[in-house]
Amino acid sequence: MTTPTHAAPPAGSPAEAGPAALLSVRDLAMAFPGRRSATGRRGAPVRAVDGVSFDLAAGETLGLVGESGCGKSTTGRMLVRLLEPTSGSVVFDGRDVTRLSQRALRPLRRDVQMVFQDPHSSLNPRQTVSRIISDPLLVQGWSAADARRRAAELMELVGLIPEHIDRYPHEFSGGQAQRIGIARSLATGPRLIVADEPVSALDVSVQAQIVNLMERLREELGLSYVFIAHDLSVVKRVSDRVAVMYLGRIVEIGAKRDLYDAPQHPYTRALLSAVPLPDPAAERRRERIVLLGDPPSPAAPPPGCSFHPRCPKAQEVCRTERPLLRIAASREVACHFPGD
Amino acid sequence: MAATDATDAPDATRTADAPLLAVRGLGVTFRTPRGPVRAVDSLDFTVESGRTLGIVGESGSGKSVTSLAVMGLHRGADVEGSVRLAGQELTGLSEKELSRLRGRKMAMIFQDPLSSLHPYYTVGEQIAEHVRVHFRSGRAAARKRAVEMLGEVGIPEPARRAGEYPHQFSGGMRQRAMIAMALACEPDLLIADEPTTALDVTVQAQILELLARLQQDRGLGIVMITHDLGVVARVAHEVLVMYGGRAAEQADVDTLFADPAHPYTRGLLDSMPRLADDGDDGPLRAIPGSPPSLLAPAPGCSFAPRCAVARDRCTQERPPLLPYGDLPGRAAACHYAGSPIAEEAAR
Repeated sequence: MTTPTHAAPPAGSPAEAGPAALLSVRDLAMAFPGRRSATGRRGAPVRAVDGVSFDLAAGETLGLVGESGCGKSTTGRMLVRLLEPTSGSVVFDGRDVTRLSQRALRPLRRDVQMVFQDPHSSLNPRQTVSRIISDPLLVQGWSAADARRRAAELMELVGLIPEHIDRYPHEFSGGQAQRIGIARSLATGPRLIVADEPVSALDVSVQAQIVNLMERLREELGLSYVFIAHDLSVVKRVSDRVAVMYLGRIVEIGAKRDLYDAPQHPYTRALLSAVPLPDPAAERRRERIVLLGDPPSPAAPPPGCSFHPRCPKAQEVCRTERPLLRIAASREVACHFPGD
Repeated sequence: MAATDATDAPDATRTADAPLLAVRGLGVTFRTPRGPVRAVDSLDFTVESGRTLGIVGESGSGKSVTSLAVMGLHRGADVEGSVRLAGQELTGLSEKELSRLRGRKMAMIFQDPLSSLHPYYTVGEQIAEHVRVHFRSGRAAARKRAVEMLGEVGIPEPARRAGEYPHQFSGGMRQRAMIAMALACEPDLLIADEPTTALDVTVQAQILELLARLQQDRGLGIVMITHDLGVVARVAHEVLVMYGGRAAEQADVDTLFADPAHPYTRGLLDSMPRLADDGDDGPLRAIPGSPPSLLAPAPGCSFAPRCAVARDRCTQERPPLLPYGDLPGRAAACHYAGSPIAEEAAR
């Protein structure tokens, strides 16, 4: 482990980033303490995230998809150290940041930022836009005047009117509020943004604006994204690679096209076939795999492959032996019987 | 079956060929400290038995207020216009008469099942109570009917699950339980307000499949209120697109998706990322701006500030909903629907 220091390495521009991964996640796990029963005894810990590993190259977008409770948001929060992982490591730009103290984390805070789902509840209603966007800069030691100037620049960059800098969040629509959240995340000049369902709370007619904005910013600023969402169409749109999570683990990860065109894990296939298409003729023609039951609780994961109780292909081995991620059809799949 | 109903007198007002639900000139106004808010304005639509009308809209479109007004659940709002259920006028009925119809003739399900399930009673008790009130059946018969219904909506081990409380059910199972309760008294019309929005996509697929099966078995008329055009494409026969409290466009589902007439509908369809697209072909065609505020309605077309087609006329004169094209039931509220100007802007 690296020794915590607070002499920050200079933040390299994305152009300088070599072939090595910008972000490298290994066996990341988060176990929340089990709930206390009436007798005061604690239940087994809930393994919300259970051994997640992936790499992210500079300038790349990794989509993280899955249903509620699959651990995608918990994973995102561990990447920015809003949550302390139980085990595993997060290496950013060659530096293990998993166990740095809050103080030693400060340079990381500059390089890695987060965008949240609900724009209004993630902005302090008592602060002006100027204050909201410049806060991260003041923490990094900027003067108030410089921070305000930078905030106005950022507002323009994300498509807001800089003259509105002294307004409060409630004076903005949902889409505009999300632009404020994005401007705040950009204030420190980050290289990686973890976006947790950044468009799902927005009106349909506004979602495309924010998707376009994030794509433009990625290009202009050379950003990398971990884009967490349940909407598979949006994820396909923004991602280079996609990881599908189920009950705390990645069940399939690969290049967007491979994964969407020929999903190998039965869960990925079912997930894709369940998405309603805005095309009535295609909907009627379509063959859907309708899964039985609900996703199981991470407090009581099934033995073997955690997907086996809902899996149309499950065999005996799936009930007893947990499949590990291995290469199949040029991506990684955790299934004993990948493919058709 | 417990569902045969002897207490229901034949309806004098019912005419043989009346549609299941006919809404004409529906208007809903809320009085607020900041002045009256016109949430729904001059809305017309019809739902036939065995058919699904999809009502699509975003926040503030008036889609949910419409459903509450049809059910007579619009507390504190002024409602005008006519709502006829199988020919019987519902506006002006007393609360007592309405509550007899709710459940028995029409029922509603919501996004959050916990809003209609009581936490203190078992799921079985609640469904049975509902059956007892509407059919005056005995406890045992009502209880049997509750278990039957839970089985019908696909809840495994219905007899055991009937004895559990709502919090012991998963999200998907709760939604099934709410559907069981809504359908226990065999209503003819089901209003579903974003019933799958809070559910995961694999569970949503189950619930939509269930509703389709129940519709087929019972000839149920369904009003499906949603913001999701994918859900509409999957379940609706006819579609009403709402914007700013009014109908923007009405059409059968195939026509709406193949040939949208209103710039808003077209804009929505163009702006959506598609599963079938590569996703690497330039930016999405986003609609600029945000949905309008009902507190400060614009004098002309409420979509005009965001519309690529809009001309001076659009900001001054509100476009009425007029028949469009040759197909019956097709209408659009746009001064330039189908005009060369609109075609130009869509390119």
